[in-house]
Amino acid sequence: MANAILQVESLVKRYGEVEAVRGVSFSVEEGEVFGLLGPNGAGKTTTVEILEGLRTLDSGQVSVCGLDPQRDPDALKQEIGAALQATALPDKMRVIEAIRLFASFYKRHRDPQELLKRFGLDDKKNAFYSQLSGGQKQRLALAMALVNDPRVCFLDEPTAGLDPQVRREIYDVIEELRRDKKTVLLTTHYIEEAERLCDRVAIIDHGKVIAFGTPRELKARSGGTTRIEVRLSQPASDGILKSLEGVVDAREVDGAYVLHSQRPPQTIVSLVKQLEAQGNELVSLEIASPSLEDVFIEFTGRRLRD
Amino acid sequence: MKNFAALTRMRVQLAFRNKMFFFFVIFMPFAFFFLWLGLLAKGIPARCAFYLGPVVAFNVMGSFWGLSATLVLFREQGILRRFHVAPVTASDLLASSIVANYVLTLPIVALELFFARVVFHVPSLGNPITLFLLVSIGIISFGSLGLVVASVTNTMQETQVLNQLLWLPLIFLSGATFPLAYMPRGVQRFGLFLPATYLVNGVQQAILNGAAPWSRYVEILSLALWACLTFFLSAQLFRWEPEAKVPRRAKLLVAATAIPFLLLGVVENMSDRVLVEARTALERFDSGPSSRPPAMGVPIRPPANAKPSGGN
Repeated sequence: MANAILQVESLVKRYGEVEAVRGVSFSVEEGEVFGLLGPNGAGKTTTVEILEGLRTLDSGQVSVCGLDPQRDPDALKQEIGAALQATALPDKMRVIEAIRLFASFYKRHRDPQELLKRFGLDDKKNAFYSQLSGGQKQRLALAMALVNDPRVCFLDEPTAGLDPQVRREIYDVIEELRRDKKTVLLTTHYIEEAERLCDRVAIIDHGKVIAFGTPRELKARSGGTTRIEVRLSQPASDGILKSLEGVVDAREVDGAYVLHSQRPPQTIVSLVKQLEAQGNELVSLEIASPSLEDVFIEFTGRRLRD
Repeated sequence: MKNFAALTRMRVQLAFRNKMFFFFVIFMPFAFFFLWLGLLAKGIPARCAFYLGPVVAFNVMGSFWGLSATLVLFREQGILRRFHVAPVTASDLLASSIVANYVLTLPIVALELFFARVVFHVPSLGNPITLFLLVSIGIISFGSLGLVVASVTNTMQETQVLNQLLWLPLIFLSGATFPLAYMPRGVQRFGLFLPATYLVNGVQQAILNGAAPWSRYVEILSLALWACLTFFLSAQLFRWEPEAKVPRRAKLLVAATAIPFLLLGVVENMSDRVLVEARTALERFDSGPSSRPPAMGVPIRPPANAKPSGGN
């Protein structure tokens, strides 16, 4: 790929006996927001931390801005910005001090005051790190990730553990990065986040990429079908749901049945008839346009949130 | 170099916002200072001069507590990881903690020396250059020991246990709290294997006898060598990640920090130089050149301890 700023080829990482990353390959082009979507423990963070130069790889090849993170960590760190998971700053460090300190580490850096303004932390600049709320800490982490005006920005689960409103605030910030044509590698286990923010997504599970493409392409795999999720009072007999009108795929996920239908109204009518005939009852019914979760279920038979 | 300076400034700044710092680095040393000089030495100038060396050495040695605890805390909280993803090296971080600790501890020692002169009328501080060299090397080497402790322990709990295990022999078997010459012969011999003993003796000799730097070359060089070794090891064993466990080879490497003083201990056990110096210092202050009777109040009978009577 001509403009690939970040390349990963057959990446493998083991922790003792456990293979956390098992042959992951993808590449990210300059100016795109690329998402690694997958459940906890899928190997997303390990992959990102190898790219950041924080962990060593066992086999495969990675390149970030044309640099090898293991051979050239110092040059690499000048070019990248990162908001890590499970990190903190000293409790008694003030916001402005943190930004200034980290700015001083880089050859090229942005104006700390301007960054704080942009991330809505201007009125908190003299607050201690320990006095910030979860959302403010995360905004500070994002501001710090941009302090060196990086060529590639790694955001590892930037909204994990935040309440929905704060999460939306962070989305706005990341959308702004996208408008600025920043290259961003984002990891998440939230479908909504990947669909809304990412230009392209790699769905990752058990250390492997299981699907890859733009959110639209991935969803199109469901063949323009509508997702119908039903719960029944008794288990449905085998094959019966698949034979309903318009249904192209049906499977059981966590006690519910997920159907993909090309003709939802007909499917529902025939479903109700079938259930009546069997003395079964409909407990709940949800209709949604297909999401990346359906792609995940299609490949793994599990939900992403597990 | 720029990173190192910025990090040092940060560490000093953070120290002043930390209540623990005020307690352990300011309150405790002064409490110990006034307790020993005021009560144990009864404020008698010649006695105060005798105890000043051990008190200063005690304060200097305390460096390793704060450094090990802070580094482990930073690692456990994931603060080190944030620095790791920035262009900051392990040496930048370690050297900045050593220097920040030096900058914070030296004024306390200077104040203690000042109070010793002004409040307790200690007749002389001896040779200031030797004193400065030993105090400086002492702060750096014991600070580095703290960094090694942080490198070989996985949790704060382990760190505090190891700190205690090191601290107790260092203060009780080196002459830092009670004069070495009071101790049983076996303890005195064991003390010669501890770096603390050389710091205590060196500082005491500098104050009492105005010993010139070249006459204390054994203390100065051995502590300086030890400082280099411990700092080098702490950089080798440095871990950024909270979940990274201590590699087994680390434990072997740490044993290497004991080598200089194991060797020196053998040599000094053969020559008895340090023990003779410690005994002479004690005898001199016991018979006291002071205008007031020196042994007033506190019963000081070295032979009673040196040769414990059979029944006890």
